[in-house]
Parts: sequence; structure tokens; C-alpha cells
Amino acid sequence: MFSPTKRSWLKAAALAAVTVLAACGKEEPPPAPKAPAPEAKAPAPPPAPFKAAWVYVGPVGDAGWTFAHDQGRKAVEAEFGAKVATTFVEKVPEGADAERVIRDLAVQGNKIIFATSFGFMEPMLKVAAEFPDVKFEHATGYKTAPNMRIYDSKFYEDTYLAGIIAGTVTKTGTLGFVGSFPIPEVLRNINAFTLGAQSVNPKIRTRVVWVNTWFDPPKESEAAQSLLNGGADVLLQNTDSTAVLQTAEKNGKLAFGWDSDMSAFAPNAHLGSAIVDWSNYYKKAVRDAMEGTWKTERTVWGVKEGQNDLVKIAASVPEDAKKKVAGIQEAMKAGTFEVFTGPVVDNTGKERLAKDAKADQDWKDKVDFYVRGVEGKLPTAK
Amino acid sequence: MNEVALLVAATIASGTPLVLAGLGLLVNEKAGVLNLGAEGIMLVGAIAGFAAAFHSGSEWVAFAAGAAAGMVLAAGFGVLVIWLGTNQYASGLALSLFGAGFSAFVGVQYVGRKLAERSTFEVPVLADIPFLGPALFKQHPLAYAAVLLALALAWFLYRSRTGLVLRAIGESPDSAHSLGYAVRWIRLAAVLAGGALCGVAGAFLSVVYAPLWVEGLVAGRGWIALALTPFATWRPARVLLGAYLFGGVTMLQFHLQGAGVQIPSQFLSMLPYVATIVVLALISRNPAWIRINMPASLGKPFHPSA
Repeated sequence: MFSPTKRSWLKAAALAAVTVLAACGKEEPPPAPKAPAPEAKAPAPPPAPFKAAWVYVGPVGDAGWTFAHDQGRKAVEAEFGAKVATTFVEKVPEGADAERVIRDLAVQGNKIIFATSFGFMEPMLKVAAEFPDVKFEHATGYKTAPNMRIYDSKFYEDTYLAGIIAGTVTKTGTLGFVGSFPIPEVLRNINAFTLGAQSVNPKIRTRVVWVNTWFDPPKESEAAQSLLNGGADVLLQNTDSTAVLQTAEKNGKLAFGWDSDMSAFAPNAHLGSAIVDWSNYYKKAVRDAMEGTWKTERTVWGVKEGQNDLVKIAASVPEDAKKKVAGIQEAMKAGTFEVFTGPVVDNTGKERLAKDAKADQDWKDKVDFYVRGVEGKLPTAK
Repeated sequence: MNEVALLVAATIASGTPLVLAGLGLLVNEKAGVLNLGAEGIMLVGAIAGFAAAFHSGSEWVAFAAGAAAGMVLAAGFGVLVIWLGTNQYASGLALSLFGAGFSAFVGVQYVGRKLAERSTFEVPVLADIPFLGPALFKQHPLAYAAVLLALALAWFLYRSRTGLVLRAIGESPDSAHSLGYAVRWIRLAAVLAGGALCGVAGAFLSVVYAPLWVEGLVAGRGWIALALTPFATWRPARVLLGAYLFGGVTMLQFHLQGAGVQIPSQFLSMLPYVATIVVLALISRNPAWIRINMPASLGKPFHPSA
């Protein structure tokens, strides 16, 4: 009886592998030694395209954060055509792997590299020191170098607008927020959401659940479900997938899309999508690098520059809320509206911003509290 | 009171994929095969189920597709481990990694896709009972199927002849072989059954629970299911208990956060895993207890001496 031993299987497999590899090798055209003559006759070759690379923390298909960055990258390709060649690496874990990926990209000849997550800050700083000719751009961080600069976005403007709508349509007076990590950026968003809602209904309360990850759809689903179980009927998130919105849809409640237009995922639940559009910034950054006008700075754009907005507002939202949102959007575009304008009191009663004072960048960077109306104590509160 | 009912309902929903995968692994382990590839099988089952649901619009086709995909992977693992005698732990780990990569590769075109709307299911009369209705009787049919499966498996393993043969093979394959049973084929059958159940668990996650596909959707639930079998001392009914405990603590920690309880959220996130470890430690205090319940040939390859 034919009784194959492990050894014979391994031999057969090795033979097959070698044959396949050899066949693949033969298909490539053999490198013929090119004579120098053709080069002299041909016209001067076009300048090599300017190489730009992006490093993503999640998959492009998350329909959220990374998707938005990739849309920006595609806008750069569309704008510059053959003059720019873009690449990206997705799902890069924050940490040692990131350093390797960024270094690889620099070695491959990319002249500008964008890292799209907070956790890439230290790895990028290290690599920037080794490649003084390459420009490094880090999103949502705070450290810079002569050839590394930072950019960010005013997400809290989006969440403020969302808050206005949420405050108008909620029936239970309780809003829910699925948070990723308790860092200032997310806290700003929670606070702005609550402040926006309170501008319509001062009695609004917000409940927050932390999932301690940027992207984990089943967990985001569970967190959303527990918020809804606890009485919230309008949800917002700071995580990267459509799970929260879809959970709201399943339960017949309302929610917002985040980072990208998620209206297709929840026809009934979708109130609006708080989006970020990086294309204007990415085009500017690449142009700066190509024209030599690049300098270290910190760029934080918002609704005014067309980088943030609340889009696809549902038809079911009452007219007065829509008008109010439109009014504030106009003011943001004119640069006259500041979301964090005093008086701002945190939920322990301490005053954080005096009446009529407008928060400066430093204040916003150091947000480490919940405003009044947000329930609970911060995980890392001192 | 309503919140507690909703919490119970959420616990059952959260525990169902763990029950299914855990029971599948239990069948594997009762036959003596340790399949560390559960996570990979669940992922492939998830993408197969999602793709099937996307193209066919039917959940049950999706579950069948998930089971089939799980069985295909398990078959490969079974041949490697049972006939070629490769190390079960290494093969299982390799299967996990393969499943993760393969599902991501195939799933690229399905990310961001939406499934057709599904109707919700309620048990006809019982769903209207004041507290128990929302708590227990508004689940997806597969949740009830999982409970019935646990009971059926308990009957099968401990009250039927085939179950006895399976357990015998898990305890002492040499004795079973000398009695004339086709040890390797029965083990393969167990591995296939386990793979099918893990595949269905994965499909449940992507088609009912999430419902969407992204890379890494299963997020470690396969490993939790693997921990459930020793947790349950290899008994089906206790797998139910372990799965609902894990699901319950997961939902409870979100509930506590939302209610504003003053415990750091990071600690609450740890809670389900810590609970599992604590129970495992408690169970392992008595080594004799483990020895009695663990299938004696678990993880060891079988070579018929013929």
C-alpha cells in the first residue's frame, strides 16, 4: 500500500517549490547588456518623480481614520500627476516596527514621509536624525526637529457641530461617546461635543466608555451597546470603524460617522459625519518640499481651511438645528468662532476657562478633564 | 431592572461565538488533538461567512460557508498532525498565522462593505415576559443553537457509544487502535467538526455580531476559546459557563464605565482576561483534578505500530 512518509512528502514539496521558483525566474526577461549608443540618441529622460510616502497605523479599508489619510494621498497623486510618486505602508504597529518601516522608506528615496498616528512620534524622531535631507511630517504629535514638523486637525470643531445636532434630537437627554484613549485630543472632542449640545440644551449629560484601542469593531460594538443600554440615544465615537454607527442602527438609535462619510452604513441612524479632509494639507506639504519652502512648524487646520466639517446632515434633523450649525460653520470659516470660549467649568466644579476668555493652543494641548455634564472620573485624572 | 436584563442579553450575545468555538475545540481535545489554530480558523470562517452573506444575502448560507472554510483549514491541519505526525503546537500556531494573513488578503475587497438588512429574531411568546423576555428571549437563533449544542455534546460524549470511542481515543489511542478502531480517521473527523464550529463562530462574528469585515475582526477570541477548554475541565456544560462569564465580564466593564464608576478604564478592560486567569489558577490548584479530566493523549502524536 502506498504509505507516504513525512520525508517523501517533504522531498516532493521541496521539488515542487524549486520547480515553481525556477519557472518564475525564467519568465523575467534576461537583462541584456544595453549599448551606450541608444542612451545618447534618446532625449534627456524626464526628471525622476518626487517620491512621497505615507505610514498608516490601520488598514486603508477601515472606512475611517486611515481611509481619510489615503484619500488625501490620492488627492496628491491627482494634483501632481507624474511629478510625484506616492507609496504607503499600512497597519504599521506603533513602536520598533514603525522605526524600521520609516527608515526603509527613507532609504528607498522618499523625500517626504508622513506618519499618521501619535505613536509614531519617537520612531520618526530617531529616523529624522539620520536622514537630514528627507522631510518628516508627523500627525497629532508634539515633537519636532529641523527636518520634522507636525500637523493636526481641529476635530473638536466637528464634534461641537455634532453636539448641536445631538442636543436637539436626543429624547433621553443623555449622549454617549465611545472613546479610544484618554489623551487630550479625545478629551477635547468629548468636551466640545458636550459643549455644543449644552448650547442647545444646558441639561445634556454625556457618558463615556473607553475601549483603549483605536480600532476593534467588535469591542466598539459592545461599548456602543452598553452606552445604549445605559440610556444614551445619540452616539459619537473617536474610534476608527463603522461599528458604533451600525450598533446604533441595529438598536433604532442615532449616531454620527467619524473621520469619513459613513452615511451608507446606517440609513436610519446616521445624523451626520464628522470628517477630516487631509488633501489640502498634503498638497501644500508636498509642494513645500518640492519647491524648497518647507520649514519646521506646527499646522493645525480646521473648518476654516476646509480640513474639518460635519457633512451629510440627515434630512430628519430639525431646521433650526441645521440653521444653527450652518451659522457656526460660517463663523468658523471666517475665523471668528472659538469652540473653547469661557466660562468652561470641569465636572468637579473647578473653573478651567474664565468668562469670555478664548482658549489658546497651549490650553487645548493640555486638556485633561471632563467639562460639567460629562459623567464619571477620568481614568488618568490627577 | 431593565438595564440588568439588557446586560444579560448582551452577555449571551457576546458569549455565543466563544461557546461555539469552545465546543469545537472541546471535541478536538477530547480526541486528543490540540488545535492552536483556532484564531486562524475563526478569521477564515469570518471572511468566508461575510463574503457568502454579501453575495447571497442569506445568513444561513454564510454560516454554512464559514463551516466549510473552517473544515478546509482543519483538514489541512489534520493531515499534517495526524498522518505526518508534525508537532501539534507548532502546526496550530502556523495555522493561526496563516489564517490571519489569508483572511486579510481575501478580505481586502470586502472592507467597508455593508450587508443587507436583517430582521431581528424573538422567541414568539416568551419574549414578552417582563424581565426574562428582553434578557433571554431576544437572541439570534444561533445563540439558542449554541446552548442546545452544548447539551447535545454532553449527551453525545457521555451517553453514546460513538462518544465513548472518541473519549477512548483521546485517553489512550494505542488501546483503541488495538481494539480495531480507526484512530486516525476518527481523530480527523473530530478535527473537522472542531474546524467547522470555529468557522461558524467566526461567521457569526462577521455576519451577526459586528456585522462587518475588517482585518483581525476576531481580535483574539480564538485564543480565549482555547483557554475555555481547560477552564471548563473539558466538559461541555462548563464551556457554556466559561464563555458567558467572559462575555459577561466584558459587557459589565463597559456598563460600569458608562455608569461613571470610579475605576480606571484600563483596569476594567483587563477584567475579563484576569477573571479567566484567576479561575484557571483556582482550578489548577489540584493537579489530580486536572489529570482526571484532561484527555491523557492530548497533544501527543499517534503512530499505529502496524
